[in-house]
Amino acid sequence: MVHQFKLGGYNIVLDVNSGSVHSVDDVAYDMIALYPEYPREEIISQMLDKYRGRPDVTEDELGECYSDIQALVDAKKLYSPDEFEKIAALPKPHVGTIKALCLHVAHTCNLNCGYCFAGQGRYRGEREVMNYETGCAAIDFLIEHSGRRHNLEVDFFGGEPLMCWETVKKIVAYARERERECGKNFRFTLTTNGLLIDDDVIEFCNREMHNVVLSLDGRREVNDRFRKTLTGQGSYDIILPKFKKFVEARGDRGYYIRGTYTHFNTDFTEDILHMADLGFDQLSMEPVVCPPDEPYALTEDDLPVLLEQYEKLAFAMLERRRAGRGFAFYHFILDLEHGPCVYKRITGCGSGTEYLAVTPKGELYPCHQFVGDPKFRLGSLSEGLTNKELQAEFGKCNIYTRPECRECWARFYCAGGCAANAYHATGRIDRIYEYGCRLLKKRIECAIMLKVAEFEEENSHKE
Amino acid sequence: MKRIKTIETRNLKNSAVTGGCGECQTSCQSACKTSCGVANQPCEQKPAKGSR
Repeated sequence: MVHQFKLGGYNIVLDVNSGSVHSVDDVAYDMIALYPEYPREEIISQMLDKYRGRPDVTEDELGECYSDIQALVDAKKLYSPDEFEKIAALPKPHVGTIKALCLHVAHTCNLNCGYCFAGQGRYRGEREVMNYETGCAAIDFLIEHSGRRHNLEVDFFGGEPLMCWETVKKIVAYARERERECGKNFRFTLTTNGLLIDDDVIEFCNREMHNVVLSLDGRREVNDRFRKTLTGQGSYDIILPKFKKFVEARGDRGYYIRGTYTHFNTDFTEDILHMADLGFDQLSMEPVVCPPDEPYALTEDDLPVLLEQYEKLAFAMLERRRAGRGFAFYHFILDLEHGPCVYKRITGCGSGTEYLAVTPKGELYPCHQFVGDPKFRLGSLSEGLTNKELQAEFGKCNIYTRPECRECWARFYCAGGCAANAYHATGRIDRIYEYGCRLLKKRIECAIMLKVAEFEEENSHKE
Repeated sequence: MKRIKTIETRNLKNSAVTGGCGECQTSCQSACKTSCGVANQPCEQKPAKGSR
């Protein structure tokens, strides 16, 4: 399967099954499209007709281009077959191994964001925080189930995790002790709304947290529409100075300023550029997750606008990169040379299998988005994983079990998409959230285009 | 090739031989938390000869 698209003045051909990316001229672009349908002579004849009057488009030239296409097909870099289904059917490597926990240390929040998927941090339950003993039990559980995995991940999440900050620090200290004994490497992340950031948080996180995710929706009026304090005050002016100080002190360590866009700011590129103008250079912006009847839910009419916004963002990033003011956007980051292996590209995020969420009480769920739905309770730290049937259902999900993914060119970039989004959209974890797919496909096209632009610009400098 | 430039990419088929260690980051642990995407996650293995 081949996916062809034109963006930013580039003609791009992606060979889906090998992952090869080709930047081609108009003639080659057309010939590649015709290749599976017509024999050599017919393609050359059609091209001579279409490009009549172009001195560089001669029969000899077209014959040479056809041979180049043939060589790429022979090298399995064009129209290469999908040979991975048999891998997906095999038992997963390291089955039963868990490598990551989303630790819900606080089911409570000090903001009252109107669009919160977690119900102001409570996840349909009562307000509560995790105690130290449960946190330690989660660390022990992860180590015990991690098999030979060296790198283990724990995200301190909520609600707002800084509402039980002292416990977080103690859990980290406990994990550091255990990792030395067990030969593991913990990578901690913290996702915070920023309200309680102070010097102690900054110093500790910059020492211990592999990554921090700081929530900001962009422009003041956009952020403050939803992200309000419990007294109804906008949070922008409170958190911005804290985020600036935090990021400045963070040096080279990873962080993301992460926003959510809704129906009310479909011009979200302005929000991303606003955050870049504030001096932040690692940015993420996600579509809102909510029931379709909410006034802020993204609509079908919003979709073309959103797709255009991603293109606009990519062009703006290109311009800024050329001007030496580049920044990273999470969904446009693409490591073509050293990205994930095909196993990961088939099976995805690992929710319910190698990635679990832990509630303050120590209950286990497939991921944070399923927390609070009793149908998805997998067990608890004290009982272990008791709902093996449900876990097996998650284990079976891959790009070949989702019928829509089989025919999709982007399947090796999203790995079948988010099980929670699919469930909320269709009632099944092994289907797709089609709206999200359309957004993802545009993001991947933009990400590939940025790589092609980088490649072409490097090449032109060499020439 | 005059009309086609190929950008160096990791060969997915070869990655079936060398990959699968599972040491890489879980995608939802970085920035998204609300949508899945795996392509932006770097591989933890050092590039080996012939691994492309």
